[in-house]
Amino acid sequence: MSAPTLTPVEPAPRTTLRRWSPVAVGVLVWWSLYHLNLPFWNWVMFDTVGLTAGSRLGDSIHFFFYDITKIALLLTGVIYLVTILRSFMSVERTRALLGGRRQGLGNVAAAGLGVVTPFCSCSAVPVFIGFVAAGVPLGVTLSFLIASPMINEVAIVLLFGLFGWKITALYIGFGLLIATVAGIVLGKLNLERWVEPFVFETKLRGKVVDPSLGLSWDDRLQMAREEVVAILRKVWPYLLVGIGIGAAIHGWAPQDWFARHATGWWGVPLAVVIGVPLYSNAAGVLPLVEALHDKGLPMGTVLAFMMSVVALSMPEMVLLRRVLKPKLIATYVGVVASGILLTGFLFNAVL
Amino acid sequence: MNIKILGTGCVKCNHLEAATRAAVQELGLDVEIEKVTDPSEIVSWGVMSTPALVIDDEVVMSGKVPSSDDVKRLLAARP
Repeated sequence: MSAPTLTPVEPAPRTTLRRWSPVAVGVLVWWSLYHLNLPFWNWVMFDTVGLTAGSRLGDSIHFFFYDITKIALLLTGVIYLVTILRSFMSVERTRALLGGRRQGLGNVAAAGLGVVTPFCSCSAVPVFIGFVAAGVPLGVTLSFLIASPMINEVAIVLLFGLFGWKITALYIGFGLLIATVAGIVLGKLNLERWVEPFVFETKLRGKVVDPSLGLSWDDRLQMAREEVVAILRKVWPYLLVGIGIGAAIHGWAPQDWFARHATGWWGVPLAVVIGVPLYSNAAGVLPLVEALHDKGLPMGTVLAFMMSVVALSMPEMVLLRRVLKPKLIATYVGVVASGILLTGFLFNAVL
Repeated sequence: MNIKILGTGCVKCNHLEAATRAAVQELGLDVEIEKVTDPSEIVSWGVMSTPALVIDDEVVMSGKVPSSDDVKRLLAARP
C-alpha cells in the first residue's frame, strides 16, 4: 500500500458576482416576506380558513402564525448581519484594546466592546483567565462579561420585534450602564483574593491567535449562514411554545388583569427571582412576557425580567466557579441583580 | 504528528474532535489526538476562543468548528 498522499484541496475562490448575487437575492426575498407577512396571514386565516377577525380563536391563531413568522425573519436577518459585522472583531482584539486600561473609562470600553465582540458563554472561562493574566483589571473584565450576554442579538431581536425600538434602545442603554457600573463597583471592592490563584499564575507563552484575521468574504458569509442555522435550531422549540402560550393569553386572559393585580413593588424582585434561573428559555419566555405586558404587566417589570433571564444564568455561574470563588460569584450576582432591580423600579416609576 | 484539541468540554469542542478524527481516518494518518480541557493551559497557548486545534505545537485554528474537509486541508498543509 502506498503512503497516503496529502494533496491540498483548496476550494476555488468565488467571483464577486457569484458571491454577492445570492446575498442580494436573499435580501430581496427577506424584505418581501417581511412585508407580506401580515397580509398573507390575514388572507389565510380570515379569508381562506374562515376564522373571524376579532374573535378569540381567530385572533389567537392569527397572532401565533404572524408572530412566529415575524420573529423567525427578524432573527434570520439580524443574526446574519451581526455575524458578518462581528467577524471583524474577536476577544483577542478586544483584550488588546482593553490592555492597560484603568478602571472607569476601561469599564465603559469593556461594556461597549462586550456588545460587538463575538463571544460564546462556553468560552467565558478562557476569556476570563486570558484577560486577567494579560493585565486587564478584574472590574474591567467583569464589565465585559456582564455586557456580552446581556446585550446579545437574540434578546435585541425579540425586544425589537415584540416591543418596538424605544424599549430596545432603553434596554441597550441601561444594559450598558449596569455592566459599566457593576464592573466599577466590583473593581473598587478589590476582590482579587476571591479569584482562584492559578488565574494570576497563568503564563501566556503561545503566540496570540486572532480568529478574526485572515478571513475572506466567503468565510464571513459562510459563518453568518451557519450561525443563523445554529441559533434558529437552538431556539425554535422555545419560540413555538412561548408564542403559543402568548397567543392563548392574548385571546383568553382578561384585559388589564396584571394592571389590577401585579403593579405592587414586589413585581420587579419577583421578575428577577424567576428570571435568573431561566437562561436558555429567553426566546420562549419573551413572547409570553409580551402577552402579559399587553394585559397590563408594567414595563419596568418586563425589562427587569428580560435582563435577569439573559444577563445572569446558572450555567455561566457554574462555569465561572472554576475561576471565581463562591463569594465573588455571589457578589457578582448581587451587584448585577441590584442594578437590574433599580432599573426595573426606575422604569415602573417613570413609564 | 501530534494533534491537540483545546476546549473546555462544550458541544462545539466535541464537534471539532469528531471532525478531526474523521479527517485523520480518511487520510490514514498515524497521529495522536490529545484533548486539553484545562482552561489555564488553553489560555497559555494564546487561545481564548474555543475550540482550537493545535498541530505539532502550533495553533492552526481557533474559535470555530471546521468541517472535516477543512481539517484535512490544515493537515495537508503541514510538512
